[in-house]
Amino acid sequence: MVRRRFSFGLVSRLSSPIYGRSPCSGGIWTPCLGQKRSFMTAKDLVESEEPEKKVTNRINMFSAINQALHTVLDSDPKSYVFGEDVGFGGVFRCTTALRDKFGRHRVFNTPLCEQAIVGFGIGLASMGNRAIAEIQFADYIFPALDQIVNEAAKYRYRSGNLFNCGGLTVRAPYGAVGHGGHYHSQSPEAFFCHVPGIKVVIPRSPSQAKGLLLASIRDPNPVVFFEPKWLYRLAVEEVPVDDYTLPLSSAEVMRKGSDITLVGWGAQLAIMEEACDEVSKLGISCELIDLRTLIPWDKELVEDSVNKTGRLLVSHEAPVTGGFGAEIAASITNSCFLRLQAPVSRVCGLDTPFPLVFEPFYMPTKNKELQTLGL
Amino acid sequence: MVLGRSFEDMCAQMYYRGKMFGFVHLYNGQEAVSTGFIKLLKQTDFVTSTYRDHVHALSKGVPARQVMAELFGKSTGCCRGQGGSMHMFSAEHGLLGGFAFIGEGIPVAVGAAFTSKYKREVLKEEGDMPVSIAFFGDGTANNGQFFECLNMAQLWKLPVIFVVENNLWAIGMSHYRSTSDPEIWKKGPAFGMASAHVDGMDVLKVREVAKEAVERARRGDGPTLIECETYRFRGHSLADPDELRAPAEKAHYAARDPIVALKKYLLDNEIATEAELKSIEKKIDEVVEDAVEFADASPLPGRSQLLENVFADPKGFGIGPDGRYRCEDPGFTAGTAQV
Repeated sequence: MVRRRFSFGLVSRLSSPIYGRSPCSGGIWTPCLGQKRSFMTAKDLVESEEPEKKVTNRINMFSAINQALHTVLDSDPKSYVFGEDVGFGGVFRCTTALRDKFGRHRVFNTPLCEQAIVGFGIGLASMGNRAIAEIQFADYIFPALDQIVNEAAKYRYRSGNLFNCGGLTVRAPYGAVGHGGHYHSQSPEAFFCHVPGIKVVIPRSPSQAKGLLLASIRDPNPVVFFEPKWLYRLAVEEVPVDDYTLPLSSAEVMRKGSDITLVGWGAQLAIMEEACDEVSKLGISCELIDLRTLIPWDKELVEDSVNKTGRLLVSHEAPVTGGFGAEIAASITNSCFLRLQAPVSRVCGLDTPFPLVFEPFYMPTKNKELQTLGL
Repeated sequence: MVLGRSFEDMCAQMYYRGKMFGFVHLYNGQEAVSTGFIKLLKQTDFVTSTYRDHVHALSKGVPARQVMAELFGKSTGCCRGQGGSMHMFSAEHGLLGGFAFIGEGIPVAVGAAFTSKYKREVLKEEGDMPVSIAFFGDGTANNGQFFECLNMAQLWKLPVIFVVENNLWAIGMSHYRSTSDPEIWKKGPAFGMASAHVDGMDVLKVREVAKEAVERARRGDGPTLIECETYRFRGHSLADPDELRAPAEKAHYAARDPIVALKKYLLDNEIATEAELKSIEKKIDEVVEDAVEFADASPLPGRSQLLENVFADPKGFGIGPDGRYRCEDPGFTAGTAQV
């Protein structure tokens, strides 16, 4: 059963008229050991439009991403998808059937060299192509960090807008998956958030993934798109079949509340939602915000929310020290200092390398959230 | 070789029974390379490997019990359960690690080789020059780190051997479709390095070539690049359905199974009898069974191990403001996330 709710964006964005309407944004499921839970969907914001019945399909996240890639390759003949093993569909099946439909010259495997994959993508993008590079796991993105930080981020700036690599989108599965260990579970988003010139986008669900990926690919700036790998198969929801984009640098209020603001992204939101459910039984009303784009992030929306509630909790899987939560905490403390009734809390991964057997103790679990919420 | 094969088969069984989890990559079919090279080494020599490192560890002398316990994530494993399948280490046996990330082990082997050379030539230490071997696959031969290390090793004439286990596939990417010149051994001469190509399914041929390379390294005459043509009988990992490889190719290499070939050789040349070989296999089965029992019975590591060894100070930064291990605080590990 699906409960419908009006989009909370309407209320919280009264002070930010520029956000206007947002297309159908998805709800969230809970990756509870493979169970698919019913979830809440947010209806379209503006009711003055004719209520359009969108055709949707119930699919998982890798299928939604696959659809987005099909759409892009269909619409732009100068777009390319490449990376390790993308030809047969990729190790997470995100690129299934692309090669059969669009040919080996547009969807192709690269040799095992991340630095060259991204560097080559920058070259393609600077010639006006849409280069969609796949890094097989976000843990492997570090050889490419040099190219992203030193080349992609600075291309437009240092050439005085003569050239740019806005057509570059780097996609990588990130985050814990339950059994990944050190090198298949990392969340490296913080490294990229420190680089002016690129955008970092993280979806939380299939419908968000499709819309945000289409927006990222079409954005005239290089984008690093992290996909929560835990949700590739576990997250299933109704995703519109047509071509739609969701706005970048626009956070979304998933759940309206008045006592505390919670900010997160990706798979962590499912955990946070569970925590919100538990504390709501005790009468604590939480406002849950999905940041969606990490840089440039939607400061205004978060500030509005904290000005309303007076408390902020940020949660992410990456280690707490130097994680992106630190930036949010510092920024909000600066802008909402007099309104804050408690210090900004962060419930994040521990400051250790991502462990193998100790993963349940490392992760920012629901109980840790509850503990920080004060129970 | 038989130990390697039995061990890997047992790994698969244990994985499907849920005793071990995560990413497990089995070495079936490539045993000749591991045995051919590593059995020539001494305990003081070094080996770096990839994520497909169980058999390298076994060949180098790490007890099967410790490897199995590591796979189960138990505290009696060779890395106390921290590393798992892809990260076998052993200081005692000179195993400098399995590496999940391809190509990362090659510079480490080069560094170890530099140390060997330095100790012998500058510090004038006695004894044979310890040799380092770096094992890696065909996909890695397209990676920047590989070429950088070939250059450095040859430039400084380091006692390192680069062994390419060319099994023609990098997960789903065929070697021929991802490499401009598929003959990897030809990349050595470009750096002025001695190179060889050998049939990696024949342990005796591998051993011959390995002997020459090890002797060259010990003499101080520099590195060697050896390409071993081999094949993995199973998929890339236990999660890989292995649908992409042609059955004809698989059959071709299955017919060249190194263990079967060596058995035939031993029997044909009357070096061993059928009964002796059977008794070896029986002994190995017992060793593997014992390893599983040991691993099963071993305890899981304590929670405090999570915070250890992040830094050199054994307690790391895991000490709270009250001076105690933070993980002793009952509230700290109150997580209930299920794996």
